[in-house]
Amino acid sequence: MTMTITKQQIITWLRNSVEEFNTQQDLLTSLDREIGDADHGLNMNRGFQKVNEKLPSLTDKDIGTILKTTGITLLSSIGGASGPLYGTFFIRCASLVAAKEELSLSDLTDMLQGGVDGIKDRGKAEIGDKTMVDTLGGILNSLNMNQSKNVIEAIAIAAEAGSMATKSTIPMIAKKGRASYLGERSIGHQDPGATSASLLFNCLRDAVK
Amino acid sequence: MKKMINKVEDVVKQQLEGFAIAHKELEVSLDPMFIVRKNQSHSKVAIISGGGSGHEPMHGGFVGQGMLDGACPGEMFTSPTPDQMYECGLKAHSGKGVLFLVKNYTGDVLNFETSLELLHAEGIEVQTALIDDDVAVKDSLYTAGRRGVATTVLAEKILGAAAESSYTLEQLSVLAKRIANNGRSFGVGLKACTVPAAGKPSFTLEDNEVEFGVGIHGEPGIERRPYVDCDSLTESMMAEILNNNPYVREVRLWDNSIGDWKTETWTTEPLLKGDKVIVLINNLGATPESELYIVFRKVAETLTEQGITIERSIIGSYCTSLDMQGVSITILNADKEMIALFDRPVKTPSLCWGES
Repeated sequence: MTMTITKQQIITWLRNSVEEFNTQQDLLTSLDREIGDADHGLNMNRGFQKVNEKLPSLTDKDIGTILKTTGITLLSSIGGASGPLYGTFFIRCASLVAAKEELSLSDLTDMLQGGVDGIKDRGKAEIGDKTMVDTLGGILNSLNMNQSKNVIEAIAIAAEAGSMATKSTIPMIAKKGRASYLGERSIGHQDPGATSASLLFNCLRDAVK
Repeated sequence: MKKMINKVEDVVKQQLEGFAIAHKELEVSLDPMFIVRKNQSHSKVAIISGGGSGHEPMHGGFVGQGMLDGACPGEMFTSPTPDQMYECGLKAHSGKGVLFLVKNYTGDVLNFETSLELLHAEGIEVQTALIDDDVAVKDSLYTAGRRGVATTVLAEKILGAAAESSYTLEQLSVLAKRIANNGRSFGVGLKACTVPAAGKPSFTLEDNEVEFGVGIHGEPGIERRPYVDCDSLTESMMAEILNNNPYVREVRLWDNSIGDWKTETWTTEPLLKGDKVIVLINNLGATPESELYIVFRKVAETLTEQGITIERSIIGSYCTSLDMQGVSITILNADKEMIALFDRPVKTPSLCWGES
């Protein structure tokens, strides 16, 4: 039974994300055109391209350093609200796993909880506001319920929960961010931030399976 | 898509390169991106603003004597990042503190707040001033609050003049709050803008439709309405602006005495008969200048009917949304102090009057 995630797998997670946010630019842009200003795909790709430049120097570092550098890089390159939110997410995660070389399922869960709490502190969103918090909340609920499973399985189940949570944003009315200016016109559209959060976690799933 | 651009990813950089050549009296930094005044003659509060690119001349075109000391352009329609405001703040600071003028968008607020914390950690006195003047968004409880739009331009002028006259950071904060609570804007879009990266318009309208209550980032308006003519559209816009339902919201401000954030409750002041106003008729990008005057004619008529006097007016492209065909109207209820500061000399690429 696989017990831990290694730091190599964390690097692979980030590498996968670089590729994913490059490939899925148009998807995120088109979602953001409907209820935003059509820049989410571009911003996430730009941010992760900058992370990609940092990866070679991080391969021998501990998980805390890897994630903190990722957070700081995203903070200064994504822009918009996503920059501070994803930046804070990774920086908070990093603070909970400082000096670690591997993570158990419980370490990972606590880490992600800290990251999500950081996003909620900054952006003040709750589940139901039609944001990335819906997706991340769904992922954390799932991880918390599957602590007795092996880490690969728990992450796979959580990724599925994340996708469902992303889809659940479709009928919601946006209460935060640019989509909230649209009021009821935001109903019927999948939230771009929730989508990028789901893609990010899928990349972790693919890195450990 | 035909635009006077080259590669999409070079748009912001290349426009800054052109701007730098045209305006040698300003210093343009490309990494991180910001524009600052050169050769400040005296120590004063540094007023810095910024936001996504795509709204030119706001904010870079307003850097100079009597207005902004620094401007931080983000990527297209994307908030600038903390490192930009941090470096710009360090550069522009001349010993009397830094005031960040922030438009109320989640991204702008989060990034500016982060950079404020960074400057504070350097021992620099700092404060944020928030503009949330777009009355299209009705409440702040279930939304991100009112957007910051063209009142920002008037705020930059008035606060810039005040800083030039040696107002302290505290005095500027008080004035900024008064401007924020007395400015109202509303915009309509006749045709969407095309963001270079997206390659096509952000929404499509029929000939007989307008986006009513539109922002400056290409997002749809609060509703789609039928187009009739300029006067009836302008009347509808003025009805939204003149609506005096109180707008109450919680605003986060920096408290220097505790070195942390505090929350204040702000209420937009009502517009009453006898009030004196500054009017800004703003081209959202692709509207012919002549049409702005047709709009203004109706705005002037409506205000006269309400017993409100236009003290000053400013008409043109100030707070644009790339090539959106549309107009926004800003009414700022202005007292003697604001009008006197508005009249002070200014010398920037896009606003220039008076002898300095």
